Amino acid sequence: MSSVAAKERRAAAATAEAPVSTRGPGLSRRHREWLAAALFLAPDVLGLLVFVAVPMVLSIALSFFQVSGFGSYEWIGLGNYERMMNDPLFWDSMKITGLYVVILVPVLFCVSLGLGLLVKQKLPGMGVYRTALFLPYVISLVVVGVLWKFLLDEQTGAVNRAMRAAGLDGESWLGSPSLALGCVIAVMVWVMMGYYMIIFLSGLQEIPKEYYEAAKLDGAGPWTQFRSITWPLLRPTSFFVLMMSTVAAITGGLDLIFVLTNGGPANGTSLAIFYIYQQAFGFGEYGYASAMGSFLVLIMVAVSAVIFKFTRGGRFDDGE
Amino acid sequence: MASDTLTSTAGRAGGSGSGEGPGRRRPLSPRAALTALAVLLSVISVLPVLWMLTSSFKTRETVTDGRLIPTDFTVDNFVYVFTEVPFARYLWNSFFISAVITIAALFFHSMAAYALARLRFPGREKLFGAIFATLLVTAPVVLIPLFMVARELGLLDSYAGLVIPAIFNAFGIFLLRQFYLGLPKELEEAAVIDGCGHWRVYWNIVLPMSRPILSALAIFFFLANWNAFVWPLVATNDQDLTVVQLGIASFQTQYTSNWNYILAAATVAALPMLILFFVFQRQIVESIKTSGIK
Repeated sequence: MSSVAAKERRAAAATAEAPVSTRGPGLSRRHREWLAAALFLAPDVLGLLVFVAVPMVLSIALSFFQVSGFGSYEWIGLGNYERMMNDPLFWDSMKITGLYVVILVPVLFCVSLGLGLLVKQKLPGMGVYRTALFLPYVISLVVVGVLWKFLLDEQTGAVNRAMRAAGLDGESWLGSPSLALGCVIAVMVWVMMGYYMIIFLSGLQEIPKEYYEAAKLDGAGPWTQFRSITWPLLRPTSFFVLMMSTVAAITGGLDLIFVLTNGGPANGTSLAIFYIYQQAFGFGEYGYASAMGSFLVLIMVAVSAVIFKFTRGGRFDDGE
Repeated sequence: MASDTLTSTAGRAGGSGSGEGPGRRRPLSPRAALTALAVLLSVISVLPVLWMLTSSFKTRETVTDGRLIPTDFTVDNFVYVFTEVPFARYLWNSFFISAVITIAALFFHSMAAYALARLRFPGREKLFGAIFATLLVTAPVVLIPLFMVARELGLLDSYAGLVIPAIFNAFGIFLLRQFYLGLPKELEEAAVIDGCGHWRVYWNIVLPMSRPILSALAIFFFLANWNAFVWPLVATNDQDLTVVQLGIASFQTQYTSNWNYILAAATVAALPMLILFFVFQRQIVESIKTSGIK
């Protein structure tokens, strides 16, 4: 009933509007609306242009220049890209990034989904568990890095102390390249799992309860329920999480690397984005770094496109 | 009787997979197992943070003793952090910058989102598409050109340089636009018929109605900017402009093994966000949920 009234009012508003728009004093009503929109949008559009769009274009442009010192640019065409092709350190960093993404994204996905399923249950004290699992997310990556550096210290860290107390040998967690990368991934999972847990939880809560009740009447066990109801209906959420975490993994984590490992040991945790940062702000190679950055964006877009295609953009299955 | 409790718990649990199969004769154990799992995971999640908090009250000698509870409780680490290092200044810088960014961002984003959701003008959808596309440009990737733009504009080593580039973010515009699309149109339309200009409709009607989402976003923006590290690292050199995350990172390299001081500093930096989280937990979780759905 109220929606009918609403429709009538809207119709009334529409008819009231028509004559005014041609007769308004000075600016017509339509043009006043245009002007208002322009003014409302001006600050953000200008800001996004100057601080996001222009830098993006500039990033590609810079990749064709050799930038030496402060402010002298020399056009070198594809020179930076040639250098990139022959830079073993860059390809090492790409390999490490690949490994990092390929491990981090699925692990984070599974852990978060598991947590989402867990905290959806009605258990005593669930509010407390949700809070506890989300808590690491609110701490900055710098503090997280400091904290884990402390806990993972080979001699004095709590992790090795606990292992020794349990009769195991401690590990040089941040001292060996492969273990250090594993630690970075584990810490990242620890930080981010609560965030994606919440996203999965909200996706799970949108699935109508009736489906599960009907499945139960048909005698479907938990696994069947998950496979035939939860998983297909969670598709949009799964897609969103996969996309977000992949993009974040390819280009993020700089803060954590800085504090926890500084790219070491033996460049074992030197992710591409870290190597690019070092080239730019450590050695002033802005042009070269921009070329590598543009390449990384290209990879990111390609990977996103593959995910999009593979998951059909997170749409539900219609035919199956 | 036993089967009664079983069905009622199964019904309440919503049964999304893990847990009670309908035919089993173990009324409580799956729930107990799940509860135990939840407790265990919660402890794993919180313990490192708790370790940091308690260790910051330990002395230099006992900080790495591997115990959770300090044996010699001291607050000297905090006194040291605030007296030997301008940590109060760092905290103020972070607070000031995050607050200004948050207020400006909410103001600009709500204006833009309102126009995109409610005002009619040519090219509206295209403009929204273009704004949305900027979401793909992640901050680390444009760090170098952003640095050069800021240098050209004379923004390096200034509060303006820390604040202005951090304001503009399509994410906030996107969320607010979603919210405005869902608001009932009637109120604004009545106001327009009464002769209110668009600015007054926005200021007197739309803005007050968006208080819940604005407060959720405010906490989120504040948190993100308080925790920001890479841009301040690149954009500032001046000691007076050091933000708290930068302060800790450099403190940590200076005092390599003085974990008691380092952890006290880290605690000071993390505590405001932890408090904010406990107070506004609901808003934070809600804002994440709205961001995840669409």
